[in-house]
Amino acid sequence: MKNDPVDVLIIGAGASGAAVAWSLADTKMHILCLDQGGWMNPAEYPSTGRDWEAKFYGEWATSPNVRRRPEDYPINDDNSPINVVNFNAVGGSTVMYTAHWPRLHPSDFKVKTLDGVADDWPIDYDALTPFFEENDRMMGVSGLSGDPLSPLSHPPMPPQPLGLSGPLLGKALNKLGWHWWPSDTTVATMDYEGRARCINLGHCTPACAQGAKASTDITYWPHAIRAGVELKTHCRVREILTNEQGMASGVVYYDKDGVEQFQPAEVVIIACNGVGTPRLLLNSVSGKFPNGLANSSGLVGKNLMFHPYAQIYGFVKEPTDSNRAPPTCLWSKEFYDTDLSRGFVRGYGIQFGRGAGPVFEAVASEQKGILPWGKDHHRVFRRLNGHRLAVSAICEDLPEEHNRVTLDPVLKDSHGIPAPKIDYTISANSRKMMDHALARGREVLDAAGATDICINDPIPWGGWHLLGTARMGTDPARSVVNEWGRSHDVKNLFIVDGSIFVTSGGVNPTSTIQALALYIADQMKHRLANLFD
Amino acid sequence: MSDVKELTAAQRADLRTVAAMIVPESDEYKVPGADDAAIQADMLATLGRDTALVAQALDHLAKLAGKPLAELDEARCEAVAQEFRARGGVAAATLVRVVLQCYYRDDRVLRSLGLELRAPFPKGHVLPDGDWSLLDPVRERGGVLRRAP
Repeated sequence: MKNDPVDVLIIGAGASGAAVAWSLADTKMHILCLDQGGWMNPAEYPSTGRDWEAKFYGEWATSPNVRRRPEDYPINDDNSPINVVNFNAVGGSTVMYTAHWPRLHPSDFKVKTLDGVADDWPIDYDALTPFFEENDRMMGVSGLSGDPLSPLSHPPMPPQPLGLSGPLLGKALNKLGWHWWPSDTTVATMDYEGRARCINLGHCTPACAQGAKASTDITYWPHAIRAGVELKTHCRVREILTNEQGMASGVVYYDKDGVEQFQPAEVVIIACNGVGTPRLLLNSVSGKFPNGLANSSGLVGKNLMFHPYAQIYGFVKEPTDSNRAPPTCLWSKEFYDTDLSRGFVRGYGIQFGRGAGPVFEAVASEQKGILPWGKDHHRVFRRLNGHRLAVSAICEDLPEEHNRVTLDPVLKDSHGIPAPKIDYTISANSRKMMDHALARGREVLDAAGATDICINDPIPWGGWHLLGTARMGTDPARSVVNEWGRSHDVKNLFIVDGSIFVTSGGVNPTSTIQALALYIADQMKHRLANLFD
Repeated sequence: MSDVKELTAAQRADLRTVAAMIVPESDEYKVPGADDAAIQADMLATLGRDTALVAQALDHLAKLAGKPLAELDEARCEAVAQEFRARGGVAAATLVRVVLQCYYRDDRVLRSLGLELRAPFPKGHVLPDGDWSLLDPVRERGGVLRRAP
């Protein structure tokens, strides 16, 4: 079935798709977004039920392979020590994330110049500054301005309370003389733009029933739709088609009834992030593009960066916030910048966790062997439960071509579309960085008086950040899109998600992903008269 | 994986026995064991997508034990449990998780832990603001963001 053509077709309604849709809406072009998921119903979010923790192991698992909602697609990540996690719905993975909201640092954009590794980005931090600010207003950020070791931000809401866990960690970090600061988050600490303030449901990651945590279904999308953007849900795009001139002509997708449709478009924007985007491009094969669309460089799917997380945690005598607060509270940039005396290049940010709920604690502690079976179970559990402090290092992953997304030769989704396959190894540099982080994390926990130390090295279900698989650059031989997000090969095809990252920094990337999407939208608006030149 | 819809009577009996091995009743803390009838009923009613793996774990246990778990003496039971924990893989981990996730949402258990018997939403929790003067040393130390050329 063929539909009426649209001016702009956006694939994916998550973090970046929502931002670019909202920004382009003021052009008054006909904009359509297709998403394979649907609108979520907050009344059904886990924290509304007594079985809130159990759902995290089933239909609200972070891994699509475990969750297996009809909207999910399978991912073969058997050949990776880090499993991919994501969420497929309007809002994408902003429905299911911790809302931790650091930005990449200015130095992250000039890695080659500063440290002689990887590549510089074709843009710098200053180019994104106004879009970081705009995005913080749109998403609704809480935080404390003035962090001496983070880029200056102006959160529109005050920071989350330090609670019980924050002071325990702050005192320990002060003993060590290390940097720390309350995290910027997209958790509303006051009523904001129609969102209710945080009431500490505590189980933020698998969606916020209160609506205090920003996800783009409740931030950007209502504005974009009011401005005229059309959003069709449960529409899974199979491939992007091209015409004789090598321009994108539209997409083939399966609608909510499973019927194959063709949607013509003048401009196609991909916003499927670091696994979904290369999967779509590699599935879009034609005579003119036999190796996949926009892939003359051969780099589509390559240079996958995850951020390997090195996590260490322990248990203190004092009560912690456990499940009674958003999961993270502080960050540290003490080891963010390169210091070659540490034995590795680049660095890592640290995020500090407030604790866990009783089921999660019981399950995790039993698996780690610190919670026994039998008579002593009760005594030990009472010592552990509500006393956890966690230190998680988010290590900068450098781009390596052998870390990649390809198409699995066998595995397919429910529409028969080839599924992505991940091949990934932790580099020697990352390994040294993780060892360093674990040793430093132990020092923090020692200073806090923690015992029963456990590590997750890496966090196995920690593949949240899917970056680098369609990198930006000025050289068409070494990049997939140019410095404003347009494909080098297909001049009406844009990519606006985490796949265009050149390097990964050592922080959660969503703030930077959205700032990039807004920047690219702005570039497009300024170039509308000659967008395809 | 087999398409197991529910546990057999023998599997249910072993589930009850192994649940009590994991979390026994405690007079000291005034809590039931995980073999309590209500907790067992919760497990069976909510097994859902975990049924096949739990059945697989229980079959593994039965093979290790050679007879119903409840008929083993204490030493043999302990040996079987250790072997099961060490080599049971994903299926064993799933079984243990199912036991714990049902145990730690039981009203009597939560009450013993001093936790409220409710979902987090809509009441939420109150978080103390904390001592913000702890940031003073960080401010005093300051720092310089690495410059980019």
